[in-house]
Amino acid sequence: MLERERLENAYREIQAQVHPDRFANAGDAERRASMQWTTRVNEAYRTLRSPVQRARYLLELAGVDVAFETNTSMPPEFLMRQMELREALEQAEEARDADALDALRAGLNADKLELERALAEAIDARQDYAGAAGLTRKLMFLDKLDAEIDLAYEALEV
Amino acid sequence: MALLQISEPGMSPAPHEQRLAVGIDLGTTNSLVATVRNGMPGTLPDQQGRVLLPSIVRYLADGKVEVGFPAQARQSEDPRNTIVSVKRYMGRGVKDVAHVENAPYDFVDAPGMLQLRTCTGVKSPVEVSAEILKTLRARAESSLGGELAGAVITVPAYFDDAQRQATKDAGKLAGLNVLRLLNEPTAAAIAYGLENASEGIYAVYDLGGGTFDISILKLSKGVFEVVATAGDAALGGDDFDQRVFCWIVEEAKLQPLGPRDMRKLLVASREAKEYLTTHGEAQLSDKLSSGEWVDLCLTTEKFCQITQNLVQKTLGPTRRALRDAGLTVDDIKGVVMVGGATRMPQIQRAVGEFFRRAPLNNLDPDKVVALGAAMQADVLAGNKPSGDDWLLLDVIPLSLGVETMGGLVERIVPRNSTIPVARGQEFTTFKDGQTGMSFHVVQGERELVSDCRSLARFELKGIPPMAAGGARILVTYQVDADGLLSVSAREKTSGAEASVTVKPSYGLSDGDVERMLRDSYQHAREDMQARALAEHRVDAERLLEATRAALESDGALLEPDERAAIDKEMAALRAKLAGADSRALKQATEALSRATDGFAARRMDATVRRALSGRKIASLEP
Repeated sequence: MLERERLENAYREIQAQVHPDRFANAGDAERRASMQWTTRVNEAYRTLRSPVQRARYLLELAGVDVAFETNTSMPPEFLMRQMELREALEQAEEARDADALDALRAGLNADKLELERALAEAIDARQDYAGAAGLTRKLMFLDKLDAEIDLAYEALEV
Repeated sequence: MALLQISEPGMSPAPHEQRLAVGIDLGTTNSLVATVRNGMPGTLPDQQGRVLLPSIVRYLADGKVEVGFPAQARQSEDPRNTIVSVKRYMGRGVKDVAHVENAPYDFVDAPGMLQLRTCTGVKSPVEVSAEILKTLRARAESSLGGELAGAVITVPAYFDDAQRQATKDAGKLAGLNVLRLLNEPTAAAIAYGLENASEGIYAVYDLGGGTFDISILKLSKGVFEVVATAGDAALGGDDFDQRVFCWIVEEAKLQPLGPRDMRKLLVASREAKEYLTTHGEAQLSDKLSSGEWVDLCLTTEKFCQITQNLVQKTLGPTRRALRDAGLTVDDIKGVVMVGGATRMPQIQRAVGEFFRRAPLNNLDPDKVVALGAAMQADVLAGNKPSGDDWLLLDVIPLSLGVETMGGLVERIVPRNSTIPVARGQEFTTFKDGQTGMSFHVVQGERELVSDCRSLARFELKGIPPMAAGGARILVTYQVDADGLLSVSAREKTSGAEASVTVKPSYGLSDGDVERMLRDSYQHAREDMQARALAEHRVDAERLLEATRAALESDGALLEPDERAAIDKEMAALRAKLAGADSRALKQATEALSRATDGFAARRMDATVRRALSGRKIASLEP
């Protein structure tokens, strides 16, 4: 598992050195270099901070493509569960039921946490990259659902 | 260059080295200028001791321009030539403006941004805003006793690219060196956080005259990190005035009004709103130009009722910001209130109920943004010794995308990405032998292009003819630290590269800005030549000093011939510095800048290496 605080500290330390605010009075070349570096640092932080992106990146380093777009084979029980959740989401949306959305989100967060733990185990302890790729695909599925819950909340507020 | 000017802790640069830098809150209703003197931020008053400058500009037939109180005094008398709340029109077309029918202006619908017809000609909102900025600049320069080295101008966090570009152009037009556009809630957080030594997660609820922002920030020692921001760029205190105005018209059964009566009743509406902050009811008594009297009593209860959905409208973005941050109200340690409109009791109540805690009101909501901007300007100008300064990490408020087949939007940079940020997306040709491809850059959260703001269109030409799907075109979006976008496109497979960088069409072109600058200088009878020379001298001196310091600390990174090349350009620039040829000076400055390009990149790499040394890669990974 990642120590979030360490990542944050490292991120801030580097930002303190390269951020454009440090180069407001510098020449054009320096300002450009600063912007490019800050952009890279932000990208790295974004990747490492998100469990899905981090897993994708680590697997890429290990030569494994998660292939979310092309590899759509999923265990049937996982797919069943996803369909149930999506149905529940649709119902909550139709009924404009914020409490149901809250419950869905809480359940989803718990599922995600469990997957993240399994993922860390697969990558860190067992170096089971093929298994980890499968877990990452599942996690990406859940992230999509998460985004849909956000949209449902937004629809509720209009 | 601050990187190389590391002073020992406790040692600040000598006072004579302090650069004059200000923070400007360019507000819908009022504008302010503030600066840091002897380490203390403070607002700068005008000669009569007034801090707020009403954001009102009046154009007179003889070509003179009145800004602030004199313009405010004549607004009902001369409504067409007296522009109030111009901020609402920045980067906007006529169709974007709510209540066009209730605004007493003669709008001209120009492509990109609307314009206003006045007795001295058609004015762009950028020019009107520049008048306000010029007034503040003059105020600052006379009270600080020198030319400003730079300014930070604040913008609503929820301003899109077009609105930001327009604001930056207005700064340029006013002759300001814009160090940074800073988001208003972020500025407020700086002022609040530093004042109260706060740590933890805070929400800044900023309801100004014309805009609403909500930002969630993580405050920790030396770092202000915006986690999420949301808002409504067309919702503010003005809308509460509008509601009162509509209520008056309905209640008094008034016929359609002329511009003067309209402005008169809008002013009365605003006064009633402000009165209700501390009173239970407000009397409205106004004589219209027809001789008819309007006599009404507005109670707090009625006022709350007619504005209730406006208050509710602020809570939607508030929920969204929390969701985007992945937080709930329980995670929020405090809610900082910013903007004059947050004085309304119903706002205080609604925010208190939503966050389940009393909002923080211990800073003047009118001044806090300008003070925070001044503090940031002080840091950016390099006046703070390192270690004493802080880091600001802000985000882009609205997603950036590109139009794809069927008028749909493909998102390239998602909202709430920390800036600066760059993202690329690959596209391909769909016809055999296709040599061109056009792109449409949009900003917004909706799926359909027609629901998003169009920022720019451009075409990539010179793609070598290939079979359909053969070309690989990489489109890259780069958002800088001001939140401004530039886009480039490049064909990757062939050796031949074509690329194009666009400026958003909603902003003004450099040519426009130059023309306006010329006009305004002629009008002010300033000597453009002398001014250009002075500006180029400052640039040249700055670059020479920066290069000297860089060579001193990192000269070892250069090969002897590289060093010689830089020395040569430095000598050439020094020679030009003594002369009076501003063009030659500019060229020599550019030449030195080019000569140091590679050096700058190498130094930055070395800096990052130093920051990372002693750290195993493993500590950055799970």
